[in-house]
Amino acid sequence: MEHRITMDLKEKLVTSFLAFENNVSTDTESTIHDIRSKAFTYFEEHGFPTKKDEEWKYTPLKSVLKHDYTIFPKAETAIEFAAVKKYFLHEIDSYKIVFIDGVYSSFLSETTHDGFDICLMSSALKKPKYKMVIDHYFNKIASKKDSITSLNTAFSSEGAYIHIPKNIVLPKPIQIVHFSTGSEAQVMLQPRSLVIVDENSHVQIIERHQSLTDNVVFTNSVTEIFAEKRAIVDYYKIQNDKKTASLIDNTSVQQKQQSIVSVNTFSFGGNFTRNTLEFHQEGEYIDSILNGITIIGDKQLVDNHTLVNHNYPNCESHELYKGIYADKSVGVFNGKVIVKQAAQKTNAYQQNNNIIIDDGATINSKPQLEIFADDVKCSHGCTIGQLDEDAMFYLRSRGIPKKEAEALLLYAFANDALEKIKIPELKTRITRLIAKKLGVELGFEL
Amino acid sequence: MLEIKNLHANIGDKEILKGINLSIKAGEVHAIMGPNGSGKSTLATVIAGKEEYEVTKGKITLNNEDLEDLAPEERAHKGIFLSFQYPIEIPGVSVTNFVKTAINETRKANGKKELPAKDMLKKIREKSELLEIDRKFLSRSLNEGFSGGEKKRNEIFQMAMLEPKLAILDETDSGLDIDALKVVANGVNKLKSNDNAVILITHYQRLLDYIVPDFVHVLHNGKIVKSGGKELAHELEAKGYDWLK
Repeated sequence: MEHRITMDLKEKLVTSFLAFENNVSTDTESTIHDIRSKAFTYFEEHGFPTKKDEEWKYTPLKSVLKHDYTIFPKAETAIEFAAVKKYFLHEIDSYKIVFIDGVYSSFLSETTHDGFDICLMSSALKKPKYKMVIDHYFNKIASKKDSITSLNTAFSSEGAYIHIPKNIVLPKPIQIVHFSTGSEAQVMLQPRSLVIVDENSHVQIIERHQSLTDNVVFTNSVTEIFAEKRAIVDYYKIQNDKKTASLIDNTSVQQKQQSIVSVNTFSFGGNFTRNTLEFHQEGEYIDSILNGITIIGDKQLVDNHTLVNHNYPNCESHELYKGIYADKSVGVFNGKVIVKQAAQKTNAYQQNNNIIIDDGATINSKPQLEIFADDVKCSHGCTIGQLDEDAMFYLRSRGIPKKEAEALLLYAFANDALEKIKIPELKTRITRLIAKKLGVELGFEL
Repeated sequence: MLEIKNLHANIGDKEILKGINLSIKAGEVHAIMGPNGSGKSTLATVIAGKEEYEVTKGKITLNNEDLEDLAPEERAHKGIFLSFQYPIEIPGVSVTNFVKTAINETRKANGKKELPAKDMLKKIREKSELLEIDRKFLSRSLNEGFSGGEKKRNEIFQMAMLEPKLAILDETDSGLDIDALKVVANGVNKLKSNDNAVILITHYQRLLDYIVPDFVHVLHNGKIVKSGGKELAHELEAKGYDWLK
């Protein structure tokens, strides 16, 4: 009998790391080298989290880690724009940073250095002219005590790099799209992105991970977002990938005074999705907005782990996550809000509303409020329920059949988390996605 | 048109309707009055087919067809309309789109094609004018943020669009100021014909000054304790309900 020995994923990553470092670092004294090595040591010591880890209690990684992933993707595979057009918000003009199997695609991208940088992490990490910025921002807020984030940091080499200097309102949104083509049977991708928006500047970003075949993809993505004074950042994550794709997304946001940052996460697809989203408020009069809509079925899992750190007085946070779970799907919501003693006059709102459609579906919802200041307004609410009987009766009494009435009510349930979308074409797109997902016949204008 | 015979209905273990008998012919307007908790809204809801209520005895027929096994939407397709006392808010679905969906589902169930967009628009224009509804109002999310009066007016607008055979108006007058009440009553009167019938459920005589009933029934403790003509409503207004108990 023939025995095939497959290395376990951690072992494989350990072996790969040495080769990777030799490849990317010419200057082993560089700060980046140091950051990567430290991060790798952390990952090596801690490994992948298990269910014993409180933060991963309901989110078993086993099914994701069991595959024999290719760690270094091949060189660029060409894709015609027409073949992937539908994955872009193509109705509007935009900047585009596109990756195919982890490699930058200049053909599909539309980057710029004209007045601001919308380009690649690989250039930013290598070229001397970015050194000051990189030293100041890179890996400053990504968690150093999370082994999966550390793993990404260790292998960080490519992703989006966006730096908007002060007083610029970006004329069009930026789309960051990661395609995987299935050129490998199983591939692991680790994009690393950095977004810096200086004083008074305004930017809108749409991010998407999309596999084009049914081959297995595991993406471990890390993004750091810095909003300086009075900056406005609207970030949209569209997660509607194939059922063979898994995503761990770690996004950390740091805000300075009077900045407004919203992160909107739309999770409809994929096999396994873990979103860790952290906001750190470092100034007064900040507004942090976290919105999410999850609609899943089959055996899909979506875990939204959020943290808002209120460190300064007079700030707000608004968090609204809605979930609809069918079949045997699993939802996890963990919303942590920390209000430090100095953060007086904080207004923090958190809401997590869920609807379970089938008995086999589960949702684990855990609000965690840690409040050390006394003059604050904090509220949280969590609901798990079925569709409202009175509302069902109302629709049915108007002649709308049960199934359509259910779909219409679910659509209405999810709807208010869409209110914050500021790009009208994107709002229409997401609305259609939701309608399609729920089987609502929107035979009418939106 | 509608025959109710010895109707008993429960919610959970509690009997709310305790033997209702009522006969309504096409072209008639019936008012059902009575104190709080007498079973007025339950009667309306049971006719419309809410599944949480259990009919334990008796039956309801519409044009000789037993309604017992029909779902709420099937009753709607046969021409029953219930105007809700507390209409439900549906964010993200406009009044227009909702009404279109309701009309086309009903047409589909009756083997008809969807109403062409042009005819739909014409009908919407006609009926919104009848009820003095602003066009902008129609693109708002259904009942979301509507005042009490707007909700009721919107219910009657839907009724006008759906053109039911039997319209049951549950406390349509509550929350309406006198001007809105006149508009709504005028709408109902214009929609009245020899082919349809109306049940008005109300606490007060006020609505009946504008929509004049052919019959008035007093419901008390799950039973109709007195029936009469429109003058009964005036008597109730003057004397209250206590003398009937």
